[in-house]
Amino acid sequence: MTSADPWQTAEVAGPKKAAVITKPAMARAVIGHARHPVLLIGHRAATIDISGKKLVDYLLDLARVHQIPVIATGHVNRALRERGYTCAVILPAVEAGQRIADPLWSGPDGKGSCDLAIIAGLPYPMEWTLLSGLKHAAPHAKTITLDNTYQPNATWSFANISLKDWQENLEAIAADTGTGGSADV
Amino acid sequence: MLLLTEKKIALTIKELDAGFGRIRDLSVSIGKLSAGDWAEPEGPTPYPSLATLRAWDRKLLSRYQPFYMPFCDLCCLCTYGKCDLTGTKKGACGISMPAQQARTVLLTACIGAATHTSHARELVTYAIKRAGRGSSIDPGGNAIGVEAPVIRLVCGEKPKTLADLETVLDYCESQITSLLAVTHTGQEGDPLDFESKVLHAGMIDQVGMEVADLAQISALGYPKADPDAPLAALGMGTVETTKPVILVIGHNVPPSVAIIDYLAREGLSDQVEVTGICCTAIDATRYSPRAKIIGPMSWQLRYIRSGIPDVIVVDEQCVRTDAFSEAAAVGTPFIATSDKNCLGLPDRTGDPADAIVADLATGRQKGVLILDPEKAGEVAVRVARAVMPARRKSSAAIAPETIREQAADCTQCRLCRRACPNDLAIPQGMKAAGDGDLSLLSALYETCVGCGRCEQACTKKIPVHSLIVGAAAEKIKNEKFVIRTGRGAIQDIEIRNVGGPIVLGEIPGVVAFVGCSNFANGGKEVAEMSVEFAKRRYIVCTSGCAAMSIGMYRDEEGRTPYEQFPGSFTAGGIVNVGSCVANAHIAGATIKIASIFARRNLRGNYAEIADYVHNRVGAVGVAWGAMSQKAAAIASGFWRLGIPVVVGPHGTKYRRMLLGRADHDADWYVHDQRTGEEVYAGPAPEHLFVAAETKEEAMVLVAKLCMRPNDTTRGRAMKLTHYIDLYQRHHGSIPDDIPRYIRTKADIPVTLKGEITCILSQSDWKERPIPDPTLLTHDKPASSEER
Repeated sequence: MTSADPWQTAEVAGPKKAAVITKPAMARAVIGHARHPVLLIGHRAATIDISGKKLVDYLLDLARVHQIPVIATGHVNRALRERGYTCAVILPAVEAGQRIADPLWSGPDGKGSCDLAIIAGLPYPMEWTLLSGLKHAAPHAKTITLDNTYQPNATWSFANISLKDWQENLEAIAADTGTGGSADV
Repeated sequence: MLLLTEKKIALTIKELDAGFGRIRDLSVSIGKLSAGDWAEPEGPTPYPSLATLRAWDRKLLSRYQPFYMPFCDLCCLCTYGKCDLTGTKKGACGISMPAQQARTVLLTACIGAATHTSHARELVTYAIKRAGRGSSIDPGGNAIGVEAPVIRLVCGEKPKTLADLETVLDYCESQITSLLAVTHTGQEGDPLDFESKVLHAGMIDQVGMEVADLAQISALGYPKADPDAPLAALGMGTVETTKPVILVIGHNVPPSVAIIDYLAREGLSDQVEVTGICCTAIDATRYSPRAKIIGPMSWQLRYIRSGIPDVIVVDEQCVRTDAFSEAAAVGTPFIATSDKNCLGLPDRTGDPADAIVADLATGRQKGVLILDPEKAGEVAVRVARAVMPARRKSSAAIAPETIREQAADCTQCRLCRRACPNDLAIPQGMKAAGDGDLSLLSALYETCVGCGRCEQACTKKIPVHSLIVGAAAEKIKNEKFVIRTGRGAIQDIEIRNVGGPIVLGEIPGVVAFVGCSNFANGGKEVAEMSVEFAKRRYIVCTSGCAAMSIGMYRDEEGRTPYEQFPGSFTAGGIVNVGSCVANAHIAGATIKIASIFARRNLRGNYAEIADYVHNRVGAVGVAWGAMSQKAAAIASGFWRLGIPVVVGPHGTKYRRMLLGRADHDADWYVHDQRTGEEVYAGPAPEHLFVAAETKEEAMVLVAKLCMRPNDTTRGRAMKLTHYIDLYQRHHGSIPDDIPRYIRTKADIPVTLKGEITCILSQSDWKERPIPDPTLLTHDKPASSEER
C-alpha cells in the first residue's frame, strides 16, 4: 500500500503538507544540497527490522557516507555505541527540536545552525508534533523523515510504503555513489 | 486601614481617639476566614489576581521558554475562521501561531482547574451537609500544624472550618472565570502573557484540589496523613463474582459513600462487592478499604464488557461518554449521578426508590439519572442484588473459538493499527488469532490503553478490543494486587525529618508519579520507574491512576511495590497520597518544607516561596500517561512553583514544552544572597516541562532535574552519582554536561573522581562558589541606604 495520508488517520495537519518522496534520488538531492544537516535518530530505530537489518544500521550508513552529525534521542545511543558510533549528541527529541528551531544554535558539531533535519525512528505521534514545531518555528530549516509512514508536517516524507520499498529507498539514499544529490526536487 | 477583598471586609484600627474613648488594635472582619490567632505577617500577594504574579512568571518563562508544537495549523474558534496560522501567518483577529498555541494551553488549563474546583464545590457542599458548616478541617489531627499549605500560600488565609473553604472557592471560581475570558477573541495577544495565565490557572487548580481533599478527608474520616494507611484490593481478578457487583466510575465520591453506608446499614457489607475505576475508586477505598479498585480509566471498556458488574454508577470526570451504551449492550443497569454528566438519561431523582429499582431490575429502563447520592446508593445496591442471580446464568466472556472465528474475518487492511494511538500490531495479532494462535493478541493487552478506536476503524465490524481482552482472559484472572489507600497529607514531623536532607540534597529528590493511564508502552513502566527511584532512596509520591498502575506489578517474591516499600514520606518510601485532588498534598509538602524546615512565612507570599522551592527542593513530577485537561492544570501548578514535570511521548500533544537552554550560560545565573553577587549556578533544573521518548530517557531526566543550586557538596555528589549511573546504564556513556553541574571538586562523586577530574581538566571548567540562591532579589525595593 502506498498512501500519502497520515499513517495515523486522524493526524491531519493543515494546508501545508509534506511533499512525497517518490524516488530515492529526491532524498539524496535534498541531503546533498544541505550545508548543515543533522540526523535525528529515535529509539525505535534500534528495534525496527527491515529484511534482517535494523533501521539504525541504514541510518548510520547514511550518517557515515554523508558525514552528517547525529543526535540520538530516547535511549538509542546504546545501540549506536554497540555499532562503534560514539560521537552522537544525546538530547531528548523536543530539546533537539528547540535547538534546531534556533537560527543561532551552533549545531551538534559547532559548525552552525541546522538547515536540514533528517528524522527517523521516533514514535509516530511524537515525530508528528516535533515536525509540526519545526514547520512553524524553524523557517531556516527543512525537514525530511525517513520513516516508512507519511508525516504531513515534514517538508519531505515517504508515503506509507511497504518494507520492501523502504529498504530499497534507504539503501539507495545511503549508498556511497560519490555524486551527492542532483535530482530536481 | 480598610481592606476590601472580594466579598470580604477587614477593618483594622491601630489607634483611634474618639469622643467616647481610645481604641487600640481593633480588628473587625466580615466574611473573612476565622483565622484571628494566626500570628504570621501577611505577605505581599494574598488572593493574587491574573497579573499579580506576572513578574515571577516572566522570570520562569525567560529561563524556560515555550517550544510550541501545534497540533493543528488552523484556528477555528470564531466565525472569522478557519484561519491558517502556518509559520508566521496571522489570523483574522491578528493572532500568531505561538499565541494561539499558548491560548489553547490556557483553555486546557482552565478546563482542568474548573473541573477540580467544581468538584471541590460539590465536596464542600456535601461535607457541610454531612458534618455542618462549623465542622473543623482536620487533615491529620495533631500530626498536622500547617493544615492547608496551598491555601495559606495563595490566599493568605488559614481555614479552620468547612465554611471557610467556601470563601476560598469563591476566589477560585472568580479567577477561573476571568482566565477563561482571557481566551476570548481579541483579548491577550502575547504568548508569554497567555503562558503567565496558564501558570495562574495551575496555581488556582492547586487551591481547588486542596479544598476538595481537605473537605472529604475531614467529613468522611479518610486516613489522616497516615503512612500506614491500610492496603486495598486492586485488579479485576480480585472481584468475587459469586456476590452482586457494583461498579462506580469517576471522581466524585458521595454516591460511592452512599452505597457503602447503605450496605453497612442493611448489614450487607460482606455480601456485595463495591468495585471502582478511576479516582472515585481510590476515594471509595479511603472511605472503606473493603472497596476494590479495578484499575485506571483504561480498564473501563474491558470491565464493563466483561458483564461482571451487575450495576454501574457513574459520577463525574474521566467517565467514558459511551459508558451507558456499553452497559446497555451487556444488559447492565446504569445510574448517572452528576448534573455535569447526565448522558441523556431520564431524571428519576424525585421518584420513590422502589419504583426506580423495579424499572431498572426488570429492564423497563436501562439507565436513569438520580441527582441524590443517598437515593442512588440505595437503588444501586437493591438493583445489583435483584439482577445478579439471572445475570450469572449467562456470560459475556468471549470463548477462544469465537475469537478465532471473528479474527478470521480480518482483511488485514491495517485501519485498526492506523487508528491505534500506540500503533499496536493489531493486524498481525488478528492474523495469528485467525490461524488459532491467540498469543499475539494476548500480548497486545499489556500495552492497550482501552480506547476502542480500533473497533471504530474496522470495516468488518470486528470487536477488536473485545478480542484482545478475550485473548488475555487468563492474565485478567490473575490481576490480583494490592494498593496502599490514599493517606492524604504529609505530617509535619515527616517534613521536619526530611526537610534538611532534601534541601541540602542528601535525599536525592522527591519524584511524584501522577496522572492518567495514556501510556505509550503500558503501565508497567510507571511501576518500574517508581521502584527504581525508591530503591535509590528518593522519596516517591504517587496519586490517581498512576498509583494504581504502580500497584499492578510484583517483584520476584510476589510483592507489589506497596508491600516492598513503606508509605511514609521518607527516603525509599512510596507514598500514595490519594486521588487526583490529593496531588495538592505533594505540592503542599514542598511548600511545607519552606515553612516548617526553613521557617519562611507562607501567608500570601507566593513568589518568595516558589523561589525557595525552585532553588532548593529537588522535586520532579512525572505524568507518564497524562491525557486530560486536569493533568495539564496539575502540571501548570507545579510549574509556577518552579517544579519540573516530565511527560511521556503522548505528552507532546499538549502542544508545547517549557525548555531551558543548558548551552546558554547567561540563563543560569542566580543572585547569591550571602554576597550579593550574580553567580552561575548551572542548569538546575534544566527544564520545567519536557517530554521523554522512553522510560529510560525519562529516568535519566528525572535524576538530572532533581539537582538544585542550593545542593550541598555532599548532596550534589549524591545526585550526580544517580544521574551518571542512570545515564551510563541507558545511554552507554558519561554525560557531557557534567562540568555544568560540578561547582567545586567536592561535588565530584568519590567513585568517579578520576574519570570526572579528567573530564574537567579537558574542559574550561573553573571552580565556582555555591550560592545562597534566589531569582528574586532584583525585584525587592531598594533599601534606604541603597537609595
